[in-house]
Amino acid sequence: MSKGLPETRTDAAMSELVPEPRPKPAVPMKPVSINPNLLGYIGIDTIIEQMRKKTMKTGFDFNIMVVGQSGLGKSTLVNTLFKSQVSRKASSWNREEKIPKTVEIKAIGHVIEEGGVKMKLTVIDTPGFGDQINNENCWEPIEKYINEQYEKFLKEEVNIARKKRIPDTRVHCCLYFISPTGHSLRPLDLEFMKHLSKVVNIIPVIAKADTMTLEEKSEFKQRVRKELEVNGIEFYPQKEFDEDLEDKTENDKIRRDKPSSLKQESMPFAVVGSDKEYQVNGKRVLGRKTPWGIIEVENLNHCEFALLRDFVIRTHLQDLKEVTHNIHYETYRAKRLNDNGGLPPGEGLLGTVLPPVPATPCPTAE
Amino acid sequence: MDKEYVGFAALPNQLHRKSVKKGFDFTLMVAGESGLGKSTLINSLFLTNLYEDRQVPEARARLTQTLTIERRGVEIEEGGIKVKLTLVDTPGFGDSVDCSDCWLPVVRFIEEQFEQYLRDESGLNRKNIQDSRVHCCLYFISPFGRGLRPLDVAFLRAVHEKVNIIPVIGKADALMPKETQALKQKIREQLQEEEINIYQFPDCDSDEDEDFKRQDAEMKESIPFAVVGSCEVVRDGGTRPVRGRRYSWGTVEVENPHHCDFLNLRRMLVQTHLQDLKEVTHDLLYEGYRARCLQSLARPGARDRASRSKLSRQSATEIPLPMLPLADTEKLIREKDEELRRMQEMLEKMQAQMQQSQAQGEQSDAL
Repeated sequence: MSKGLPETRTDAAMSELVPEPRPKPAVPMKPVSINPNLLGYIGIDTIIEQMRKKTMKTGFDFNIMVVGQSGLGKSTLVNTLFKSQVSRKASSWNREEKIPKTVEIKAIGHVIEEGGVKMKLTVIDTPGFGDQINNENCWEPIEKYINEQYEKFLKEEVNIARKKRIPDTRVHCCLYFISPTGHSLRPLDLEFMKHLSKVVNIIPVIAKADTMTLEEKSEFKQRVRKELEVNGIEFYPQKEFDEDLEDKTENDKIRRDKPSSLKQESMPFAVVGSDKEYQVNGKRVLGRKTPWGIIEVENLNHCEFALLRDFVIRTHLQDLKEVTHNIHYETYRAKRLNDNGGLPPGEGLLGTVLPPVPATPCPTAE
Repeated sequence: MDKEYVGFAALPNQLHRKSVKKGFDFTLMVAGESGLGKSTLINSLFLTNLYEDRQVPEARARLTQTLTIERRGVEIEEGGIKVKLTLVDTPGFGDSVDCSDCWLPVVRFIEEQFEQYLRDESGLNRKNIQDSRVHCCLYFISPFGRGLRPLDVAFLRAVHEKVNIIPVIGKADALMPKETQALKQKIREQLQEEEINIYQFPDCDSDEDEDFKRQDAEMKESIPFAVVGSCEVVRDGGTRPVRGRRYSWGTVEVENPHHCDFLNLRRMLVQTHLQDLKEVTHDLLYEGYRARCLQSLARPGARDRASRSKLSRQSATEIPLPMLPLADTEKLIREKDEELRRMQEMLEKMQAQMQQSQAQGEQSDAL
């Protein structure tokens, strides 16, 4: 802390302004040691409350992308996660749902409110992924879309006259749906996650998990995790971004680095989604009714939907956004600046012209 | 004496006894992408452990894997009747990122069996013709899709004129009853749209009883069959043990008609239509192949080409058989060996007969 400058500046300011009562500045006017007699409540912990109030007023953005073959229950799951019809759903078989020839990107925004907090949720669907006979490079449109959102944000950031709050369309979380074959990952799954895990937070989920018994589920999960590890694919939460020991222990439980306990609390979560309610033991629950029983979506003995929901929404929502901003976006930004010779991209800024957005990842991503 | 009774009503019994003695050959192909419960279903259908030693390779290995054709044989005996069942598996189908033309090896395989049979039929020694033609193909459709996928359509169109197709929805316990109905309906519509000919279960005779007719109609209505397979027996305390899959919310019983169509499939495939499948393969599909083959030979260009080919074989009818462009030399050597062996057998039998008649002759001389 410098001693001279703040003093003179404050004094000068005070002389210019109308002498009004000003709050005590956090920096002490004179270099003094902390007087032990001044113990007591300062009140800086109210900053949390202040931030909360601000967040409630401004609301926040959350962008979630769903990727997987058609019919794996992506839209149903998102609707179940956010307890509203936020994703377009081909629920009726009779509708003429033609599989698109190429992967399309469809982003639909909704504003959801809960407890006074407003969330602008955008669900990005990717119909056509993995549905063709030849699925080579079908992840490219998805990668391009993600990079385009980073680019949009970057352009706003480097503007001379910036918006106060840059609209955030970057993908904060990508749910990748694994087909419950019971064997292992499919080659397409590997390829997609290899390409995209360095660009966006990927959370793999095992879809339609009501086709697997407990043993099959646990074996499948183990195999999937091993395959991901062997191939160097880091899904969210990535080990390298754990900020402190607390994060590490909590995330380790989810990643299951510790020796296995009997309960399966780890990723990838085996989920079941539903938008229909049934009566079970006097309660109305979301579930699927079959001749041999009712599968309850929020029952932890049946599937891990509740774990996924708590993970994505109740505990790690903010972290997902932060990792996207501090890590993935920064990586992209650094790459772009490097490509541009250290100069920020943008028109009219020192005469530089915007280079085109790379459709494929730059070599450093590997 | 009964003047009215000639006695040929006993003919079916004679045929029955003969075929029981001869045994029964059946070749069943299973196709569909991996992870749809094909192996489990086969094990459930025939109560065997055909796939015990199987190892499913992991994803990285499957990145560059091409489709292979695997054959497994098993002899099943029940009620004095022996069935030699050959299972043809197609591991790797639909696995790769790029599955273009991945069905071609399968088509080739089916045609090779026809070709083999055509040669045998036109050969000199027709006593021991091995029928390795594929009599039926169980095609597994994913319950997770919204009907037939582009790959399903491509495969079915490539093989529907060459083999009896029975479409099946695998892992049907993923679906609620309404979803199953909707999926079946969608698949039926798509099959019609794409003009894919699946195996038509023949209509039952008008003189069958009502019960049978009703059952038959029900079975036809439930195509494609939504099946669940299991080799595990679930013993819930109190109730009798059943074959099924135990979940936390209940147990799916494989043989419960309200849970899945396993019983229907087993009845139609094994109990009632095994023979018909073989007949249709022979009378319709094989004849179609044969006609196409011979017709193409009747054209002048083809005839010259075939006669110039060093590996063609002259059959009794003097028509050189066409060679599939990709026939292996090794396979031909095998065929020649087989032919040689048969000739040898015949020779030995003739020798034995001669020796016998010689011995008899000596005996009669001695007398």
